[in-house]
Amino acid sequence: MAVLILAMLLIGVAMVTSLSHYHALVSLHRPLGAAILVLALLRLAYRRRHAPPPLPADLPAWQKRAAHASHVALYGLMLALPLVGWGMLSAACYPVALAGPLVLPPILPGSPMLYAALRVLHTVLAYALFGIVLAHLGAALLHGLIRRDGVFTSMASWRAGTGRG
Amino acid sequence: MMRLNDLIGAPPGLSRRALALRLCAIGAVLAGTAGTFAYAGGWLTPGALTPARLIDRFEAVNGPHPGFRRNHAKGLCVTGEFAASGAGARLSKASLFAAGRVTPVEGRVALAGGQPYAADAEATVRSLALRFRLPDGEEWRTAMNDIPVFPVGTPEAFYEQLRAARPDPATGKPDPERMHAFLAAHPESAKAAALIKARTITAGFSEDTYRSLNAFRFVATDGHATPVRFAYIPERDAAPQAGATAASADTNFLFGEFAATLRREPVRWHLVVTIGRPGDATDDATIPWPAERETVDAGTLTLTGAAPEAPGDCRDINFDPLVLPDGIAPSDDPLLSARSAAYSQSFTRRSGEAKTPSAVTGASLHGAAL
Repeated sequence: MAVLILAMLLIGVAMVTSLSHYHALVSLHRPLGAAILVLALLRLAYRRRHAPPPLPADLPAWQKRAAHASHVALYGLMLALPLVGWGMLSAACYPVALAGPLVLPPILPGSPMLYAALRVLHTVLAYALFGIVLAHLGAALLHGLIRRDGVFTSMASWRAGTGRG
Repeated sequence: MMRLNDLIGAPPGLSRRALALRLCAIGAVLAGTAGTFAYAGGWLTPGALTPARLIDRFEAVNGPHPGFRRNHAKGLCVTGEFAASGAGARLSKASLFAAGRVTPVEGRVALAGGQPYAADAEATVRSLALRFRLPDGEEWRTAMNDIPVFPVGTPEAFYEQLRAARPDPATGKPDPERMHAFLAAHPESAKAAALIKARTITAGFSEDTYRSLNAFRFVATDGHATPVRFAYIPERDAAPQAGATAASADTNFLFGEFAATLRREPVRWHLVVTIGRPGDATDDATIPWPAERETVDAGTLTLTGAAPEAPGDCRDINFDPLVLPDGIAPSDDPLLSARSAAYSQSFTRRSGEAKTPSAVTGASLHGAAL
């Protein structure tokens, strides 16, 4: 999932500046976005039943708060980005084509101004997600390389667990 | 250092040197990830041609016209239907080609250029854009021009040509020296320009032939892909310039005449698909295919109505030529992806801008009909 999201962010930022690869990247971006939306929902459902392991007791309170806030933000953005993307394509009257003849129905009425606003929001949220992914990666490496408190392995194994789920 | 140790919770046994190394390693991973993102986003290649720069150049050449398309800015919405002959079904599995299938179509006729209030002129390149809505939510969007070949083969050449064709503020016409230099550097464009100049200029939109210019691939049920180009050939005789000049005091005479024709009677075109042979250029829209290539008449487009651009109609549709149903695929022509990217950029910009009424309004259409 982490790999999917990072790939998605790279595809997204690359496609808007590319002329020759634009179509190939957009054709990849839409089904990947739909897949991330589905996986994020599955993951949230899994998390409700299987609480993640607690953070180490000696972790400063502000770091615990930051870890919690970053998780809320990560889940929020994992769900919001595909939904905003879907909504913005609907407002632009584009068919949301995934693969072959498979097309998602519109979730918003056609409206150019709404499209323009959602298009900006999509970019802003994507940059925010990239920032949080970087912070998350940095914190994970800090736990794994320096604190060596088991948080890194719990993150990695938790990911593998969701992948199987 | 002590404060840093507290902050990151380094174990007491870890030497300063080991800590510094590990922090550097973390920094390198983060910098590498951020750097990859920056590279993918084009920040490290500021000179590269992007969709934004291409549309910037359109805006520089034509001036600001908020709310309008950056090219083919002056247009009129049309509606109608496409009735498949069934002959296209052996080439493409797209459901709109099945025998007897009737697909509703909305579209737009327009004049090339980024000036939404420019006076109609017979020699201006005319375009026909169509949106077919298939029952399962799929769409086919296509934007065609009434020229035999496209003047450039690559987006980069297109970018250069825009500058070369920019009107000189002093004379109001392109600088011939610049155009000459561009054509000297692009012999393929010089050949294409000669073909475009030699085309028959018809009386109006109804008698005109609109061509895909770029090649596509039609994919059949068995997966077989056929390289194609297609054209909408009018049922009406392509009478060249039949007295249209008499009406040219009206700055909207081409659009007015077309709307008046559609009020009187439907206007029909045949979708004629040309089948490419091995060796025919699919990646270069400046090169025509030999005239003797096999063609298939896939069906009849009937336009029945016209309306000035307004909220919620063709004004707010991006006729991206790569919105394709299953059964039609892009070719290896680099212009296709570039067109898709540039149209998207133009669409995004105008979508967020306040809208001004089109020059082709209800009043001008009724006036022309008198």
